Amino acid sequence: MTLVSRAPQGTPPPDPGDKFTMLLAHADDNMVLSQRLGELISNAPELEIDIAVGNISLDHLGVARALYTYAGEVEGEGHSEDQLAMFRNERDFTNLLLVEQPNGDFAHTIVRQFLFDAYQAELWSDLAHSDDEQLAGMAARAAKENAYHLRFSAGWLVRLGDGTYESHHRAQLALDELWQYTAELFEGNEYREAWESAVGSTLSEATLDVPDDPYQRTGGRSGFHTEHLGLLLAEMQWMQRSYPGLEW
Amino acid sequence: MDAALLPGVGMVKTVVDAAAVAATVVDPEIPVLTISDLGILRDVSQDEGSVVVTITPTYSGCPAMRQIEDDIVSVLRGAGFDDVSVKTSHNPSWTTDWINDEGRRKLAEFGIAPPTGEHEILCPRCEASEPRIVARFGSTACKALMACSSCGEPFDYFKQF
Repeated sequence: MTLVSRAPQGTPPPDPGDKFTMLLAHADDNMVLSQRLGELISNAPELEIDIAVGNISLDHLGVARALYTYAGEVEGEGHSEDQLAMFRNERDFTNLLLVEQPNGDFAHTIVRQFLFDAYQAELWSDLAHSDDEQLAGMAARAAKENAYHLRFSAGWLVRLGDGTYESHHRAQLALDELWQYTAELFEGNEYREAWESAVGSTLSEATLDVPDDPYQRTGGRSGFHTEHLGLLLAEMQWMQRSYPGLEW
Repeated sequence: MDAALLPGVGMVKTVVDAAAVAATVVDPEIPVLTISDLGILRDVSQDEGSVVVTITPTYSGCPAMRQIEDDIVSVLRGAGFDDVSVKTSHNPSWTTDWINDEGRRKLAEFGIAPPTGEHEILCPRCEASEPRIVARFGSTACKALMACSSCGEPFDYFKQF
């Protein structure tokens, strides 16, 4: 891939069977969500949440770094983790639409995190059995970290949903809005059934209704994003674009 | 330790020295622990005058890993090894089971409850059991914040991982 390219109209979607494409997609998910959570540092509702969100953001960043580095090796064109994260354009990012959605209120942040954590629980336990030893090792580690993330997001979702009228109302609103980005989680995999079962039981504990609106938006894995990703990347990539190759 | 790293003659002797030097690097976040205590240091080998150190990263979100890599290179250069590279091995993935007994003892002395597995978490000051969890996410990726239910002191717990 040529970095800083603009994919022309009509470019075929990336082949998900290709290992480089697959690694980049998961790296992008974790990079983008890490950046979103990073926006909350010093802005979370309370100190413990601030620290938790910072820790979770760093975990996602660490996963992204390992995957970008490995993707660069698989691609074999000498691209570093930084180049893959900082010198690709919006159209080249193949993250899920869910992770690029803005933080919104705390309920939005928690619902987004919960839906994604429940997805990554399936993803990492699957990839931990990959024939690719390097990827399997990364997945085994990420699975253990993800269990901590899921306990945090599910715990808060239950507290909000089964909390006050206001917190319940906001959690349901966030769920109703973010649900349209969930069909995309299951493109090219068989995680839906296990995910629906896990998510359903937590939502039930949280006294929240599973949304029944069939409208679903997809396209992230093909590089077609909501308007939010471009703004996120503009902020994230600004330093490297302005001072290419800058190092600490 | 691999048989190849045991004391011997010639090249083998040199490898032993490099391994011993690399093993002295400490975790910048918990400076009582060496990377050998933590189980991060997986292998030290020498190939035609260059030393290759293999480490396995701990938590994805641990910012200390980069510092540890730099410290390995710097301590080996200081010991006269000019050509040093650090390789990362992801499989098998690191687990707190790799922290040795020496490391666990040092952690407790430092005021951090070591990872316990199936056993109870004990207060590192008064050894009382059943501490209260204050925050599952603590001051670093590897720690949770607890408070002793007996003496009341807050303390860090190195998470089982």
